[in-house]
Amino acid sequence: MAELLTAPTVVAPDQDRTMILNMGPQHPSTHGVLRLVLEIDGEVVVRVAPDIGFLHTGIEKTCEAKFYQQVVPLTDRIDYLSPMHNNLCYCLAVEKLLQLEIPDRAQWLRVLLSELTRLNSHLVWLGTHAMDLGALTVFLYCFREREEILRIFDAVAGQRMMTSYFRIGGVSLEPPLDFCDRVRKLLKSLPEKIDEYENLLTGNPIFINRTKGVGLLSAEDAIALGVTGPPLRASGVDWDLRRDMPYSSYEKFQFQVPVSKDCDVWARYVLRVREMRESVKIATQALDGLPEGRIKADAPKIVLPDREAMKTQMEALIHHFKIVTEGFAVPAGQVYQAIESSRGEMGYFVVSDGTAKPYRVHMRNPTFATLQAIEKMCVGRLLADVVAAVGSIDIVLGEIDR
Amino acid sequence: MMSPAIDNAGKVELESVLASHVGDPAVLALTQKLSTSIQSAKFDRNELTLTISREDIVAVCQIVQASGYNFLADVTCVDWYPNQPRFQVTYHILSHGLKRRLRLCVLVEEGDPSVDSITTVWPAANFYEREIFDLFGVRFGGHPNMRRILLPEEFQGNPLRKDFPVEGYR
Repeated sequence: MAELLTAPTVVAPDQDRTMILNMGPQHPSTHGVLRLVLEIDGEVVVRVAPDIGFLHTGIEKTCEAKFYQQVVPLTDRIDYLSPMHNNLCYCLAVEKLLQLEIPDRAQWLRVLLSELTRLNSHLVWLGTHAMDLGALTVFLYCFREREEILRIFDAVAGQRMMTSYFRIGGVSLEPPLDFCDRVRKLLKSLPEKIDEYENLLTGNPIFINRTKGVGLLSAEDAIALGVTGPPLRASGVDWDLRRDMPYSSYEKFQFQVPVSKDCDVWARYVLRVREMRESVKIATQALDGLPEGRIKADAPKIVLPDREAMKTQMEALIHHFKIVTEGFAVPAGQVYQAIESSRGEMGYFVVSDGTAKPYRVHMRNPTFATLQAIEKMCVGRLLADVVAAVGSIDIVLGEIDR
Repeated sequence: MMSPAIDNAGKVELESVLASHVGDPAVLALTQKLSTSIQSAKFDRNELTLTISREDIVAVCQIVQASGYNFLADVTCVDWYPNQPRFQVTYHILSHGLKRRLRLCVLVEEGDPSVDSITTVWPAANFYEREIFDLFGVRFGGHPNMRRILLPEEFQGNPLRKDFPVEGYR
């Protein structure tokens, strides 16, 4: 693999020979509204320039006009395939500003649902990536399992995709009674289902030819370009925030961090599939060890009271009224909180000036940085490989454009 | 309103924070090689923040990178309008080896909103600096492609500035 990394096809940019090709924003394999401006010499890519911003909605600006608790539903809409990771990262950042202790049960539920979110996101990625490369069946299989995960989200949070389930100080609701049984049934069935996907792809000569040795990215380039998550680990860098800088009690769970040295699209596929198996393991541990107790921190001025308390106790009613109408003041300061989302390091930089509204919220989204590596992956390679490379970084335009 | 301006109490804090972080290779290297460029230091909620003078940001990034902070996680900006200096360009740097983060800040005056680009140290800064240029109007000298990234080219104004209304101009 090393010789492929050091000796790409030699291309001489020659104005007379090359042509400009516009790919997207409506191209089906650009996953949403990514536009790539490609300069090609015959079938060989000479230059790639991503053009982004088609989904820009100014979420960071909107956050500045909302109370801290009102920002949570905005975060879902950033990376719509892993909403709970956004909720978690934002809540952790604000909890760090508030120095709030979160009960164990809430932390375990957060880990469990984060891993289900990762499975959900990876299932969509696997389905669409395989479909980009011509294997339609995998898509149908993946969405079958994803449907069950979304039904669980619906039962837990009342929403399939925009969950807003994690709140500042804990989680919003106690999960329903049949929650554990449903999740256990799903987690038991998943390893078999993952075998099924692998059966369709891992030995498939067309898939192997489309992915092996394609979209190469060396470890040095990956670090220099800010690549995180599965593409970074597929380039041989052993780094996972869940293990290396644990948050939300991830240090209490046993799991492997898959790493590969192949640096190509194939390695990213193998790695994500192994990550799905690890996620099943973590989620099973979280389910088995799910402690009893409170699901919200004991902070009446920050966390909304239960409905029953609100309707029977004077103080609870006052707190409820105050939080809803005035919000809660957060001590001044600046924090950066990062978590390992499905796509890599997701970071929230929250600045407080001591009032009830955030002074500044900035989201560091993994694929925004990873997209910069697309040029390294594609230049000197065939046009058809651009589709494989774009698919392998698992872009979500919602989080790139915000 | 909290302002990042530097005063006498800040100098005392600077020295005590630097003294308590000599174990950190980046702090050690910076105090040895470029101690004049550190304007203030803060250790809050387990996060170390160093404010760097604007001219030295590239040199500081090179020293920090050489000391083991290998990964640029994020570059962003905060607008402290109407306080001066108005803009706080913020760099979040991660060390894979030390498993630690470092925040560098550069304060930029409204009259000349520009900083040197650090794309020569970390190419990852490319998109982030374009984003700051787009949304805050802070320019980065030496950037290879200083154009708007999220908003259309013909857009007027910089929406993340505090004097830009949330609902936009109509």
